[in-house]
Amino acid sequence: MADFIKQNAGRFFANNKKGENAELLADLNSEYRDRRKDAVKRVIANMTVGKDVSSLFPQVVKNMQTEDLEMKKLVYLYLMNYAKSNPDLVILAVNTFVKDTDHINPLIRALAIRTMGCIRVDKILDHICEPLRKCLEDDNPYVRKTAAIGVAKLWDLDQERALENGFVTILQDLVSDSNPMVVANAVTALAEMQESSASKDVFVVNVAIMNKMLAALNECTEWGQIAILTSLADYRPLDSKEAENVCERVIPRLQHANGSVVLSAIRVIMIFMRYIRNEDFIKSLIKKMSPPLVTLLASAPEVQYVSLRNINLILQKRPDILQNDVRVFFCKYNDPPYVKREKLEIMIKLCNDKNIEQILSELKEYASEVDVEFVRKAVRAIGRCAIMIDEASERCVNVLLDLINTKVNYVVQEAIIVIKDIFRKYPKRYEAIIPTLCQNLDSLDEPEAKGSLIWIIGEYAERIENADELIENFLETFLEENSQVQLQLLTATVKLFLKKPAQSQEIVHRVLQTATNEIDNPDTRDRAYVYWRLLSTDPQAAKAV
Amino acid sequence: MISAFFIYNQKGEVLISRLYRQDLKRSIADIFRIQVISNTDVRSPIITLGSTSFFHVRHENLYIVALTKWNANAALIFEFCYRVITVGRSYFGKFDEEAVKANFVLIYELLDEVLDFGYPQNSEADTLKMYITTESVKSERAVMEDSAKITIQATGATSWRRSDVKYRKNEAFIDVIESVNLLLSAQGNVLRADVAGQIMMRAYLSGTPECKFGLNDKVLLEKDPSNRRKTSNTVEIDDCQFHQCVKLGKFDSDRTISFIPPDGEFELMRYRTSDNINLPFKVHPVVIEIGKSKIEYRILVKANFSSKLYANNVVLNIPTPLNTAGVTCTASSGKAKYVPAENSIVWKIPRFQGQSEFTLTGEANLTAMTHKKAWSRPPISMDFQVLMFTSSGLLVRFLKVFEKNNYQSVKWVRYMTKAGNYQIRF
Repeated sequence: MADFIKQNAGRFFANNKKGENAELLADLNSEYRDRRKDAVKRVIANMTVGKDVSSLFPQVVKNMQTEDLEMKKLVYLYLMNYAKSNPDLVILAVNTFVKDTDHINPLIRALAIRTMGCIRVDKILDHICEPLRKCLEDDNPYVRKTAAIGVAKLWDLDQERALENGFVTILQDLVSDSNPMVVANAVTALAEMQESSASKDVFVVNVAIMNKMLAALNECTEWGQIAILTSLADYRPLDSKEAENVCERVIPRLQHANGSVVLSAIRVIMIFMRYIRNEDFIKSLIKKMSPPLVTLLASAPEVQYVSLRNINLILQKRPDILQNDVRVFFCKYNDPPYVKREKLEIMIKLCNDKNIEQILSELKEYASEVDVEFVRKAVRAIGRCAIMIDEASERCVNVLLDLINTKVNYVVQEAIIVIKDIFRKYPKRYEAIIPTLCQNLDSLDEPEAKGSLIWIIGEYAERIENADELIENFLETFLEENSQVQLQLLTATVKLFLKKPAQSQEIVHRVLQTATNEIDNPDTRDRAYVYWRLLSTDPQAAKAV
Repeated sequence: MISAFFIYNQKGEVLISRLYRQDLKRSIADIFRIQVISNTDVRSPIITLGSTSFFHVRHENLYIVALTKWNANAALIFEFCYRVITVGRSYFGKFDEEAVKANFVLIYELLDEVLDFGYPQNSEADTLKMYITTESVKSERAVMEDSAKITIQATGATSWRRSDVKYRKNEAFIDVIESVNLLLSAQGNVLRADVAGQIMMRAYLSGTPECKFGLNDKVLLEKDPSNRRKTSNTVEIDDCQFHQCVKLGKFDSDRTISFIPPDGEFELMRYRTSDNINLPFKVHPVVIEIGKSKIEYRILVKANFSSKLYANNVVLNIPTPLNTAGVTCTASSGKAKYVPAENSIVWKIPRFQGQSEFTLTGEANLTAMTHKKAWSRPPISMDFQVLMFTSSGLLVRFLKVFEKNNYQSVKWVRYMTKAGNYQIRF
């Protein structure tokens, strides 16, 4: 039998021809159980691929009454999918469900109540309440835990009914259940119901509930732990001592293998830290949180990505975490691009005068990589470090100069934009490098880069001997330039005029003439007019501006 | 929380689809195909379109995708996707397109059991195997008797272990597998070095044994003032994470690792240290670019571990520029050859004795290029396995097994160090 299925496995996904539905119909009515099972499997396969097999509903449902667990599950799967399109026929199936909730086998009981909850047809609601209530009080914890989620499903369909029948109360009692998995599922269900409830009093975590949840924390599965930790985060501790207590009990979770548990635990601790007064305790907490965060970076790339985003947020609140661990954020060559991007962001946040050397050499390495986006970001990062840390700006500028010397097009452009910002922060400090920058004029084709260089020329016009020649160069292509560049050119030319009036009189005149007469962009034109008027009426005032 | 779960193949065809919530329609599967699978420039594993977020993980030739319309816990969803992969591998060996197509019924059953209403439930492979099996269960009566036991175990405090395991020979095998990560700068400085270790255990023990596990952990040994051990014999563990069977409370209070192991193979603990690492190999690369047409390589590799040990399957990947025409190289041991498909010289040394050193000299001839783009030198990467050696110096001091039948058990410990991300810049 198993061989038969293996041989034909691929067949389930083979192309469907017209009339296949008729063939399935025949097989579903066959007297041989194996044939029928095979047919049901083909129906499910068709459903998966997206083909419509809803017309076979009555035949499939007929197969529901069976002792074969596998067949039952398949039929249930079909039912859940097509219940909405055949609400009347679903009622026929209800009887089987209700019977099954009394079955000896707890697996079948749980399966029945689970599936009933997934069938989203209003008519079923009348029939679901009794079985659900029975299962909530079942002896077997497996059934109870399934029923707990079942209440959430009911709530989703019809809040009123769930409240009227007292399910919410029963669920709240289940939080005190002896079995930790039941507790975890009850908490999950209540948390979801709380979110969509109007009155917001479905699940209010008070001290008693919180203690029960903490007790269950040690014993349930990892997913249950996450649910409990998430709900814990909503609790407001009464005082500092209580917050400390909770944090102590949550700290062991940081050693869990599941990264999500670790992150949830950190979240709880971060929230509760706000309520703690004891400075020493806070310091010890911070020390305990750093290693798990670093370990998270050794997990799968997607989990790394989520952890890095979280670390970014944590650093914004508490910059002292991870102070000494910059090196773990160095990018490996084969990290996926989204991970590298986040690591770069964090490296910048963590840089201070102690580790700036290391960071700079790393950034320089990155600037020679293949991924253009990433290289640009690395160069921009060097600029940000220079602006953030005064003492290091000299070294940063040197690194940038080295990069410009590599003559790689996008690196040079990005570097010039960044240098402009450095000049703005530290005026008059690095003027010696201006000649190098001007040498690279020809390789610039991006508007931002051109704009930056023009700004530099304008600002330091008095130091550059051939400033007027350089500006003239640009003016030849004035009309074709991007509007941003045009604006910069205007400003730079005016500055040039103010600093070296003799040489640039004619240039200024020409520029303003062109700008006011031949340009369509209103911003540029108006700016030109403003300058013209300013210069003609009062050159002194213009100088002050 | 998870509204829907899909598994696609490389071409974007849906192999498995399961909707858990009513707020999504089946046609949403097509959107993922268009946005992600057909789109080569995918910049993030999480894509949010409108109010729906798509989380995806790639494994072999499959896309495992989870969707949600809520502000769900992202880390949980990714961990869950990886857990599905682990369970799949445990059942089918290799979890790829053929396995999915051949066992889709089983996968649907698993998904129904593991994810209820979008919330992950019990996902331990061993427990699931007890009632979701690959062969159809013929005898219903047997299942009914077992089912009570199954459910108790599935929801019990030790939901990862059955209570009636029996072996004639009680044994426990411990494998300490360390992955050394190294980033060596072009000047020869160690930029970062750390060890990520895994302790795998295979427990073939009867009954419900309580085990206690001891390492030469610095924090633990320093607590005991009567201990005369010098600190050089201890390992400072930066961080460690345990399987869910380990009693974390006890570890937090007095650093003892006590647990009831699941039956069979499982990962007991993962740890990380960055202090005092003994690097198994030291590489001295000398790469000289002669003009624009030749590159000379001289790579020296030395093994730092004792001469009684040796390393297996040592492979060095030495990158060459993209415009390489041909490469000539000689190695003092092993075989080196140029693999144009990977743009690197692959040097394989099947057996590397400790304390020995080998050199590779080679020359790469480059073709002329029209655009002058400097060669971004990707680092040299290395792969190796050294048995009975740990870079961190970690040792298993003891493994005690307590069981009410008080049987004798045999314990074996093995160490292995392998290369994680061993990168040498030049």
